[in-house]
Amino acid sequence: MGILKTFALGGVHPEENKLSSHAAIEVLPVPKQVIVPLGQNLGAPSKAIVKKGDKVKVGQLIAEAGGFISANIHSPVSGTVLKIDPAIDSTGYRRPCVFITVEGDEWDENIDKTDTLIPEIALTPEEIVNRIKSAGIVGLGGATFPTSVKLMPPPGKTAEFLIINGVECEPYLTSDHRVMLEKGQEIMVGIQILMKALKVEKAFIGIENNKKDAITYLSELSQSYQGIEVVPLKVQYPQGGEKQLIKAVVNREVPSGKLPIEVGCVVQNVGTALAVYEAVQKNKPLIERVVTVTGKGVKKPSNFLVRIGTPVEQLIEAAEGLPENTGKVISGGPMMGKSLTSLDAPVVKGTSGILIMEKEESGRKTESPCIRCSKCTYVCPMGLEPFLLAKAAKLGKFEMAENEMIMDCIECGSCQYTCPANIPLLDYLRLGKLKVGQAIRNRNKK
Amino acid sequence: MNKFTISGSPHVHGDESTKKVMYGVVIAMIPAVLVGVYYFGLDAVRVLLLAVAASLFFEWLIQKYLIKGPLTINDGSALVTGILVALNVPSNLPGWMVIIGALVAIGMAKMSFGGLGKNVFNPALVARVFLLVSFPVQMTSWPKPTPITDGLVDVITGPTPLGIVKEGLGNGQTMSQLSTELPSYTQDMVGNIGGSLGEVSALALILGGVYMLWRKIITWHIPVSVLATVAIFSGIFWGFDPEHYADPMFHMLTGGLMLGAIYMATDMVTSPMTKSGQLVFGFGVGLLTILIRMWGAYPEGVSFAILIMNAVVPLINKGFKPRRFGVKPGVEVKA
Repeated sequence: MGILKTFALGGVHPEENKLSSHAAIEVLPVPKQVIVPLGQNLGAPSKAIVKKGDKVKVGQLIAEAGGFISANIHSPVSGTVLKIDPAIDSTGYRRPCVFITVEGDEWDENIDKTDTLIPEIALTPEEIVNRIKSAGIVGLGGATFPTSVKLMPPPGKTAEFLIINGVECEPYLTSDHRVMLEKGQEIMVGIQILMKALKVEKAFIGIENNKKDAITYLSELSQSYQGIEVVPLKVQYPQGGEKQLIKAVVNREVPSGKLPIEVGCVVQNVGTALAVYEAVQKNKPLIERVVTVTGKGVKKPSNFLVRIGTPVEQLIEAAEGLPENTGKVISGGPMMGKSLTSLDAPVVKGTSGILIMEKEESGRKTESPCIRCSKCTYVCPMGLEPFLLAKAAKLGKFEMAENEMIMDCIECGSCQYTCPANIPLLDYLRLGKLKVGQAIRNRNKK
Repeated sequence: MNKFTISGSPHVHGDESTKKVMYGVVIAMIPAVLVGVYYFGLDAVRVLLLAVAASLFFEWLIQKYLIKGPLTINDGSALVTGILVALNVPSNLPGWMVIIGALVAIGMAKMSFGGLGKNVFNPALVARVFLLVSFPVQMTSWPKPTPITDGLVDVITGPTPLGIVKEGLGNGQTMSQLSTELPSYTQDMVGNIGGSLGEVSALALILGGVYMLWRKIITWHIPVSVLATVAIFSGIFWGFDPEHYADPMFHMLTGGLMLGAIYMATDMVTSPMTKSGQLVFGFGVGLLTILIRMWGAYPEGVSFAILIMNAVVPLINKGFKPRRFGVKPGVEVKA
């Protein structure tokens, strides 16, 4: 295979621990009640259009996009709206959610529930974008950026390449891996749809070399689809970051502070490509997704197809229960995931996995003085100096942090992962980004 | 109700620790320590034990009674400093001077700046230079290497190769006249030359350096730039006038250059944070070393060169930033 491509700056290689990579996707039974948060995507929260007592069907619109960067939300189940109330979601905050009591499983009649592959793309690019928008599709890699927005390049910019993210560089997570193995055909058609919407001739699927079966399978499939090429990549975290993936696949560098379209690229996750296929060809909105449930103590590491709004607890039960000495439950992977405060938190569009960590691995190690070893600087994929930014943030020198480009930090955590002194660098960097972001917004207001 | 740990990402940590880094350096110094013991015998053992014990003791004393902070003598950093102090002095140095060296290194150069990670100057080098200016006679009477297998013999002292050259050239002799007095390159490599306890064998030092590179404790930038600068500058003068300037190989293999380039200049705390900065730093160390060796009052200049460059590190850190992602346009590929 020769030398595998990867990104240029920094990066780390944590233990992969892909415990559930051989567990085929199982359909999780529909729960008795779902809690559908109104803020599931990056950008503005959605606005509920149902009220207490309304009857809803699977796939029926229950909340509308609350702005340009926002997304529609559809009912993942059929039943009655119980209430619209704040509930703790995966962020740990209480935020407005639609509670729906499940009654049966009655789908909207316009949705094609069959498995028949529909390869012909009938819609025009504009119709495709509108369909994706109305289906409420957001980036399923975790960032949950509304997909339709990415498909509408700003005036003067054109897309040249579509890059499909099948990297799944987070340790433990395998949902994208399983989707690639089990829904390859649908992903291919989904990619063709995205290519048509973007009017590009070429799409690359970036997959890390620890998923050789997916590389082989999708490479075979790509023979029968025009313009799609699988690019095997060296295993290196955070290759799933948009900017790192573009660098690895087409060797272009997105300028600081700009979006991928600046270098003619649009990046979409493989799971998103599948959702796009289902929305455009099957008229099915985003109401379910694949979620990995994993961890060293988990009896049955699994990949489940889950309705949005299902409480995390039910996923854990399906994986044969919460292990005795659980110390931490994370929504997402170990590098960028959020630790959950409650198992009642529901699965949302951006939930790629539930990682259960044992008590011994849940705490942080004791912090000691910085020995100026520079390892954080060597591993930073954005070429920043985390030790300096953290210190600036700690001392409240936010102007300095801004000049040292703190806003370029992608919060991948490589610095903190590497630090021999166990300094919580990313905690300080997040604080710095928050303060600098506020300062920038205030400046722009004037 | 389950109680979970809540913390920001990342939730996993690599297996590096300050302790591992420090003990990695200790392992890397083993070859040089063994060569020192082989050529300088029990005296070397005495200096090593004294320096290490004194360094640990002073660190503990200061942390416990002066700073009244946490005790961290087992983090390995005082151990590293202790061994480095020993490697930097002649093996026949009186014990009380070794102890003063350790006190200067730990107390003055490290703890008074705030302890681990805060010091500007390399502690062991501060000790070496402090001892050199305070006790010039004892710090420059170098025992002749005598393999330990020869049994216990009286210690004979003699000059270092650099000392021979400095003195000889100063007296108007030429390099070809001096060549009979100088050791061969093979002797320089294995360490069969006069010098401080740990600087004599280039080979042992390089071996440890390779280990530290493999363990990613150091990067190649500082050692290579120091050695290359020394080789290039000494090479230029030697090329013009081989009778009055020693050749580059001689400069690289003798004196404290290998010890300095591999173990002292690479000290994380006192060297620049970026690779470009490290190249500049290494260049400065190499250049100053050659300037002092050729025209300075001392035959050897590595210690001074590194200490001077230590002082410039904050400035280098300001001027030499890592390559930022997306700041220079990347190479474009036409597919």
